[in-house]
Amino acid sequence: MTELDVAGQVVELVRRLAGPDAQAEVAVTRHDLALTRFANSFIHQNVAESGVSLRLRLHVDGRTAAGGGSLVDADGLRALVERTVAAARLCPPDPAWPGLTPPTAVRSSGILDEDTAYSEPDARADRVRAFVDAVGGLEAAGYCRTSYRSGAFANSAGHTAQGRTTEAAMDGIARAGGADGVARLCADRLADLDGAALGARAAGKARAAADPVELRPGRYEVVLEPAAVADLLQNFSWYGFNGKRYAERQSFAEPGAAQFDPSVTLVDDPLHGSALPYDLEGTARRALTLVEAGVTRAVAHDRRSGAEVGGGSTGHGMVGASTFGPIPRNLRLLAPTGTGGPFDGGADATPGAVADRDTAALVAGVRRGLLVSDFWYTRVLDPKSLVITGLTRNGVWLVEDGVPTRAVRDFRFTESYPRALAPGAVLGLGRRPVRQPDRLDGVWWEAPPLRLAAWNFTGGASG
Amino acid sequence: MREHGADLAEGLYQVWDTAKWFVSSEGHRIDQRIRECGGGISATSIGDGETQRRSYPSYRGQYGTTGWELVESLDLAAHAARIAEESRALLTAPECPAGETDLILGGEQLALQIHESVGHAIELDRILGWEAAFAGTSWLDLAQLGSLRYGSELMNVTIDPTIPGALGSFGFDDEGSPAVRRDAVREGRWVGVLAGRDSAAVAGLDHGGSVRADGWARLPMVRMTNVGLEPGPHTLDEIVAATDDGVLMDLNRSWSIDDKRLNFQFGCEIGWEVKKGRRGRMLRNPTYTGIGPLFWRSMDMLSSETVAWGTPNCGKGQPGQVGHTGHPAAPARFRDVRVGVRA
Repeated sequence: MTELDVAGQVVELVRRLAGPDAQAEVAVTRHDLALTRFANSFIHQNVAESGVSLRLRLHVDGRTAAGGGSLVDADGLRALVERTVAAARLCPPDPAWPGLTPPTAVRSSGILDEDTAYSEPDARADRVRAFVDAVGGLEAAGYCRTSYRSGAFANSAGHTAQGRTTEAAMDGIARAGGADGVARLCADRLADLDGAALGARAAGKARAAADPVELRPGRYEVVLEPAAVADLLQNFSWYGFNGKRYAERQSFAEPGAAQFDPSVTLVDDPLHGSALPYDLEGTARRALTLVEAGVTRAVAHDRRSGAEVGGGSTGHGMVGASTFGPIPRNLRLLAPTGTGGPFDGGADATPGAVADRDTAALVAGVRRGLLVSDFWYTRVLDPKSLVITGLTRNGVWLVEDGVPTRAVRDFRFTESYPRALAPGAVLGLGRRPVRQPDRLDGVWWEAPPLRLAAWNFTGGASG
Repeated sequence: MREHGADLAEGLYQVWDTAKWFVSSEGHRIDQRIRECGGGISATSIGDGETQRRSYPSYRGQYGTTGWELVESLDLAAHAARIAEESRALLTAPECPAGETDLILGGEQLALQIHESVGHAIELDRILGWEAAFAGTSWLDLAQLGSLRYGSELMNVTIDPTIPGALGSFGFDDEGSPAVRRDAVREGRWVGVLAGRDSAAVAGLDHGGSVRADGWARLPMVRMTNVGLEPGPHTLDEIVAATDDGVLMDLNRSWSIDDKRLNFQFGCEIGWEVKKGRRGRMLRNPTYTGIGPLFWRSMDMLSSETVAWGTPNCGKGQPGQVGHTGHPAAPARFRDVRVGVRA
């Protein structure tokens, strides 16, 4: 029985149990996730799980409820429908119900690599070994992950969609005394992950991060490597380009306004990487330009938030959207056009504080500033101004006259992310974007390194 | 809440009902059923350039190993008007001043302070480097277990999964170890860790009991149970009355701490100026920052008004797992803390 068969059965069960006027939408997803984890330079965890999830949302007698389950036999499906119908009867009326997605064409599949979908633990372990060998005696820690999703959608308006997709990711650190260096990459295929190249990059950065000095907090010009830029993209997505927060006036986003530097173009582009070709409401996923040459163009919507602002869904229906809002989760900060291709994970410079030519070109223009590898534990102080505090991690260096001169101890920062990328604040973008994995597979952030005029460091390692 | 000035009114209720069997070739046959419940409300007012939120009884609510009676006991509706009015008033309240001052924390905020800067720091898997690449390590060195001064002599922290109704309570952990109360910090000295059988064996320690998974398909790992402060001798009113110049902050709004669990910065929903022993003006955007052991060593007054706060959203592990933890805490005062950090 396929995922589409299961989804169709649930729609039919709703019709039988709740009546012909009940509106129902069902997403059924098989998810295979495997992850090999290492620490202290040996594998200490290898896990693999395969499961099927069902999400049912229905609207009956003017009331809406959603339910989920993992049992796909007849009793399991019936129980899911019965408890969701019962929940709907208890819910208050829902006059803002946006209706179901009408029948529309949806691309049949996302990016799929069979070798990744059915990879064996050995394939992940080989990459871990290559990473550990490449760090040359330093301690190594991290993971190698593969995932495969096969899903289908059906609703009682007659709309269906289905697709399959794969993803692979590797994220590791090398540890030299108290200094860590990081390398991480998200790819469509496991074959695109080179553990040795990533390990060499992490080790070079760890060695270059040894014996850090403590600098005074303050405003510094910065070059942010893609791992750090990914944090900016993530927070822009959650709090800025989120249609629910926009409708509630909790977002900084003002479509039509030049809120960013003209060099900034942000596109949510799920089909550029691993993603099913439809969202939880069955809307076809497509590229959505959020910022074009510095001008905010759009925010992400599901059917409900889109209806609230007089528009439609942008294909961002997701689990939890009724609480947290629809969030773009495949964001790309576009590199300048006509430049080099995507980063392949390997080093193209002698690994060190600066591990690639792209970053080197940005660092070369800095008279006095900081090179920052990664951000950590960022949290929002105010969602509307998007003031965020967090820390640097996995390497910071003082740059003087275009050259990293000293490793620096980690800083705490408190910064408004939109202000940091405001018109005139971006001094340069790298030419090769690097796709960074999220904690959740299927979510990724792609960006080149970024040079900014100022970043507000509010505390040092000593407080 | 809208009638009292809030632009957004939200309520949240969550319940978990977990039936768990643990069977081992050592002869364990353990059957547990743990029911967890809780909820809360919040009001948000939106200004031109910022938002202000007030919550009750805490952000995202209070939780315990209880039933619906916990939610009923909170009497949420009775607090709706107050938090709405406070969220509106905060939009025009003066900013929390920047500088070093005496800081009084409410119990809910102190619970998260314990969670982040004590609970995670004493997890043995972090200390051993098993979480180095993601959650991080710990500033603690096992060679100093039993001798390191973690905080002032008022600081007594226990690891206690036996507290009735607290969110981190259970009968047995997910390795079959029975729930046992232990000391983590005694009179300011670090004396205990959160451990599992494997990590304890590696470290040469003789106990585990703090290993849990968030579902049958995930690996059990070291988790906080109820990690909390034993009560002190004072009341919040006495602490305020004894403070000549300081800031009182309550209810968490943001939290951030480094990968060694040393350098932290917290934001709270609301603050009040404290002058000459009296609570004064409301302050908006209160934040404070510091280094864990220095902060805990500065604690000089601790209230007896303990509540076992529940944290149902503790993330750890890869693939990610969500843990439910408890944190008994009461209001306390800390000397010479840096407050008012802003962009």
